[in-house]
Amino acid sequence: MLKGHQTWEFDRKPVILATGTVGGPFEANGELAEDFDLLHEDLWIGQESYEKAHRLLFEEACQKAMEKGGLRKEQVQFILGGDLINQITPTSLACRTLGAPYIGLFGACSTSMEGLALGAMIMNGRGADYLLTGASSHNAAVEKQFRYPTEYGGQKPPTSQWTVTGAGAALLAGEGDGPRVTSATIGRVIDMGLSDPFNMGGAMAPAAVETIESHLRDRGIDASYYDLIVTGDLGEIGHTVSLRLFEKHGTPIQENQYKDCGMMIYRKGQPVFSGASGPGCSAVVVYGHLLNRMKRGELKRLLVVATGALLSPLTYQQGESIPCIAHAVSIEMVKERGS
Amino acid sequence: MADNEKKMLTPVQQEYQALQKQVEVKRPVLRNCVNAFLVGGLICAIGQAVQYFFIFFFDFTEQTAGNPTAGTMIFIAMILTGAGVYDRIAQFAGAGSAVPLTGFGNAVISAAIEHRTEGFVLGVGGNMFKLAGSVILFGVFSAFIVATIKTLLTQWGGL
Amino acid sequence: MLAMFFWAFVIGGLICVVGQLMMDLGHLTPGHTLSILVSIGAVAAGFDLYEPLIDFAGAGATIPITSFGNALVAGAMQEAEKHGVVGVLTGMFEVTSSGISAAIVFGFIGALFFKPKG
Repeated sequence: MLKGHQTWEFDRKPVILATGTVGGPFEANGELAEDFDLLHEDLWIGQESYEKAHRLLFEEACQKAMEKGGLRKEQVQFILGGDLINQITPTSLACRTLGAPYIGLFGACSTSMEGLALGAMIMNGRGADYLLTGASSHNAAVEKQFRYPTEYGGQKPPTSQWTVTGAGAALLAGEGDGPRVTSATIGRVIDMGLSDPFNMGGAMAPAAVETIESHLRDRGIDASYYDLIVTGDLGEIGHTVSLRLFEKHGTPIQENQYKDCGMMIYRKGQPVFSGASGPGCSAVVVYGHLLNRMKRGELKRLLVVATGALLSPLTYQQGESIPCIAHAVSIEMVKERGS
Repeated sequence: MADNEKKMLTPVQQEYQALQKQVEVKRPVLRNCVNAFLVGGLICAIGQAVQYFFIFFFDFTEQTAGNPTAGTMIFIAMILTGAGVYDRIAQFAGAGSAVPLTGFGNAVISAAIEHRTEGFVLGVGGNMFKLAGSVILFGVFSAFIVATIKTLLTQWGGL
Repeated sequence: MLAMFFWAFVIGGLICVVGQLMMDLGHLTPGHTLSILVSIGAVAAGFDLYEPLIDFAGAGATIPITSFGNALVAGAMQEAEKHGVVGVLTGMFEVTSSGISAAIVFGFIGALFFKPKG
């Protein structure tokens, strides 16, 4: 249970029974195309608006997870999810279709791990037998809300990032086979006074560093405990800055065990600038690629640190700097269950 | 202004921003300027060709040919925006495609297309000038000030 | 005539470079950049500097957004000569109406026929 200041250790170690990941056309051309359950050729997914397509992404990811876990819709007791669109309507409307009791979350791009941490907490307290948690984003819908119309000719600087079109959902269970959620660290809001909305990675890096260091301190472990520590969507700039911060703080962390989801999902040459971003980014990479690697035995202990920039177009225009957050969840392959 | 902002920051924030600045990938200013020059110049040269077209084939003079030229350039911007090409050109050209009239057209048309799903009245109508509105506002307001001052000076100052 | 193409290219390109520098070095958004440029055009028109530039560079001066500010002043001044200060308001859009009407009409037509490609 509560360990240190802000970390939960889960005695029951909830299992990630199955996951569902859905991607768009840009992701299909990316590095991790094989790890998706479902890829769409069309950014519209046959819908009449990007927001509806966004909703469908999350719906499909949840359905895939249930299908792979061999569960019927009625067996899922709760859904925890969120996205970036105003009032998280895509997720809410998807949950209207899915029908299960629903907790809407907003943690910007950190929503995936916010959901997994809370979901594991509910499971740990025997609050449910099965629950779904996930996050999604849609490139065009997010661009439209946070930046400019998609067809507007605005030049993006090299610090900008590409929002992932995709959704990832995980089905949590108390019993079963699969990777287990062992602990979670809830981050605090960190604001270093940066205000460039085209440089999220640079703004979010301190939040990731703070959460990782708190996690290690609270659990009393060393970074070498994990085979891989992966951040959500820092991109190249945020990744490099965070490594410099670790160095400065004297936290030993090897470069080869510290990666970023935003730098994994796309191929070199895709015009994504500093890397990928969006709630869907960490969700699809972790629930697809990384859990597949765990199941293949390539990774035993994984720490996922999903980073989020909690800004809105309104706060940016009113001259606020960008508040950032990061939540860490450890996923481990453990045979026996704790007490 | 930058110094003023700096003063509001705590030492930790300042220290981090300095570190971040070292890592941040700089904008390729020189390359951007060359691209902007080439594409912007090309668009203006095309505009010149269109203008000559209207002078030679229709009854327009040097003075009046500007109007149909503006319309034609914005029409071209509509086709390129609708085909999803204008934003690609802009990523390369930067201000080279934003500063010419076609960029103004692109701002109006991209917003109109984008908000179509919200309906023609509230979506298209309400958002069409979301981006281009500020250009009209500041153009009109500064023109109003300039023209008023000039008129008053000519009328009363005997200039 | 060839010289006109050359100068249209060079002057038009240079105005775009100014815009690019404002965005890259000044970290201004395109909206801020264009608003400033259009105001510069209006002020230049006030000092009778813009018309000579048009005579010199043709479309190189009329196609960049700065010409919008110039044309607004030119329209206002035309009417102001007849009607005084009232003419400033009535004449403002006299010259620029084609650009704005075209943007509105084609914007709407675009919305009828196109979908954003993402």
